[in-house]
Amino acid sequence: MAIAARDFRELRLDEMSRNFGFVNALKGVNLTVRRGEFIALLGPSGCGKSTALNCLAGLLNLSGGSVWLDNTRIDQLKPEARGFGMVFQNYALFPHMSVRKNIGFGLAMQGRSKADIQRKVDEALAIVRLGDQAEKLPGQLSGGQQQRVAIARAIVIEPPLVLMDEPLSNLDAKLRLEMRAEIRRIHELIGSATIYVTHDQEEALSLADRIVVMRAGEVRQVGTPEDLYVRPAHPDVAEFMGYRNQIRSHATKAGNLLSINVGGVGLHGTPIDNAADGAIVAAIRPDDLKITSGGPLAVTVESAQYHGNEFYCSGRATDGAELYFRSETKIQKGDTVRLMADPSRVLVYAETPS
Amino acid sequence: MTGRPLSEPDERLPLRARLALHEIDGVTLLVVPAVLFVIGLFVYPFIYGFILSFQPKAGGWLANYQKFFSVPFLYDTIAATLWLAVPATLINVLISIPIAMHVRRMNRRRILTTILVIPITLGTVLIAEGLLNYLGPQGWLNRTLMLFGFGQVRLVHNYTGVMLSLILSGFPFAFLLTLSYITGIDPSLEQAASTLGAKPMARFRHILMPLLAQGLAINLCLSFVQTFSVFPSAVLLGAPAGATRVISIAAYQAAYEQYDYSMASAIAMIMGFAQLLVVALILSARSFVYRGAVSGGKG
Repeated sequence: MAIAARDFRELRLDEMSRNFGFVNALKGVNLTVRRGEFIALLGPSGCGKSTALNCLAGLLNLSGGSVWLDNTRIDQLKPEARGFGMVFQNYALFPHMSVRKNIGFGLAMQGRSKADIQRKVDEALAIVRLGDQAEKLPGQLSGGQQQRVAIARAIVIEPPLVLMDEPLSNLDAKLRLEMRAEIRRIHELIGSATIYVTHDQEEALSLADRIVVMRAGEVRQVGTPEDLYVRPAHPDVAEFMGYRNQIRSHATKAGNLLSINVGGVGLHGTPIDNAADGAIVAAIRPDDLKITSGGPLAVTVESAQYHGNEFYCSGRATDGAELYFRSETKIQKGDTVRLMADPSRVLVYAETPS
Repeated sequence: MTGRPLSEPDERLPLRARLALHEIDGVTLLVVPAVLFVIGLFVYPFIYGFILSFQPKAGGWLANYQKFFSVPFLYDTIAATLWLAVPATLINVLISIPIAMHVRRMNRRRILTTILVIPITLGTVLIAEGLLNYLGPQGWLNRTLMLFGFGQVRLVHNYTGVMLSLILSGFPFAFLLTLSYITGIDPSLEQAASTLGAKPMARFRHILMPLLAQGLAINLCLSFVQTFSVFPSAVLLGAPAGATRVISIAAYQAAYEQYDYSMASAIAMIMGFAQLLVVALILSARSFVYRGAVSGGKG
């Protein structure tokens, strides 16, 4: 029998919140996760994503709200009673146990027979491709191998839910890409729901079925990677999705679009949600500011970094606003270029008092 | 230096540079006072005493040792000392484990550790005096017991008194050591074990204990050495002629009551050897436990 996640329909977070003293680390998170889904919790450090994960694992108690696995309330259960697999940022492998013992630990705690444990561990080792390392101690493995052991140890107990806390942050760039594919493959193989905490939007975009963007203990937006990338619902989310130019301005209605002032000239943008006349934030991705000879926006180049097929540039508009853009041709500091932006790629948000 | 013949091939580095390669420079001289101190106050007296112990007042060169192991009044002191030191060490170290486990998560750890350090700084004599006054026949405790119609309890001038004093002065030391070892264990290891279904007792047995064993062995050794050389409290709080006639009392009596320095040296050597034996025993048991890093991965 292969390793397969325990069956369940959905995990439901209902107003899950957590305070540390007077600090609200989580301010009422609502989320429903279905079996087989890969969810990424994305946000800058201190946004509450790791707190949320620890609350789900049972390592932190909730200050309010509840967590449900189908019809069972689980937020009062101790971590050992939940049966979720967790992969820690520092792997947390037991340094005094061999790889085999590490992976078999959860099964041994369930009181499984020796033969049963042996077989399951062998399967898990095969899944993470570490069959030949079984008798080594964790300290004798490389970072990537330790990471695989941590994953094998979490999935071998066939958890309905696998929780991962920035599991790739200690690996080098190349290994990170490899392990990213590996994690997705294992997720699909065992069919669990996976909740994956990360601050790397690229990781979240490439791995997740749905992304939960968090900021200051709140959920800003939940959506598929495409949703978030193309139409972020909030300037914070936009910033995380690479909309590096965020310009505060005033807008006036112009048909379906809004007319806004960027860098001292008028541009048109697409209103998001209820953005209308008045104070707004306009978000534009650097790749969407195109250099064209007839562009309305004149910018003096301040820096241009070579990145292979293009230059990452920044410059100042006539009113002093700093703008980030890309150039396919070589430009230098002090050059003046003219930029334009497609109205559909200029997202306009109502300014929220912060 | 100037008079060096030119014919000599001199491709060697200057002395100063060669010494620097071995991490020896001017600062190294700072260890000289410490080394002199150790030689003058430990190595020399030790060797002197060792040789002295083989020059008995009467009889052959082994006469002191033969006498010690043939007179019950003398060789019984080893058992008396062990009978105090072993239980006291075990109590101190074992009790320190659950307390340290609890304290490591406390926010105000500093206050508690400060309170616990006080007995160490006070020294055994002050503790002994305090216990005598507090637990003695006319002490506060017994008077309170009498007031409520209970009989007196005899807690001083016997085995119990010495044991209490050894725990009072030895526990803080054992506790601080255990605490530092236990806080060195990555808390995420126990968290990982709990997500894998391990209940508190299983986490203690399979994760904490194996990682702590190494530190506990060191702790046992140091605590044992401290309690084995018990002298002031055995005299002040114990029955120095009876149950708590420890080996250091025998040495003291040989030296300052019979003025037999040779015999006293022999007893001191036996005492040192007994300590060494127990420490060696504990440390060799250490080879059965895990002795590596106590963190859970690259971090």
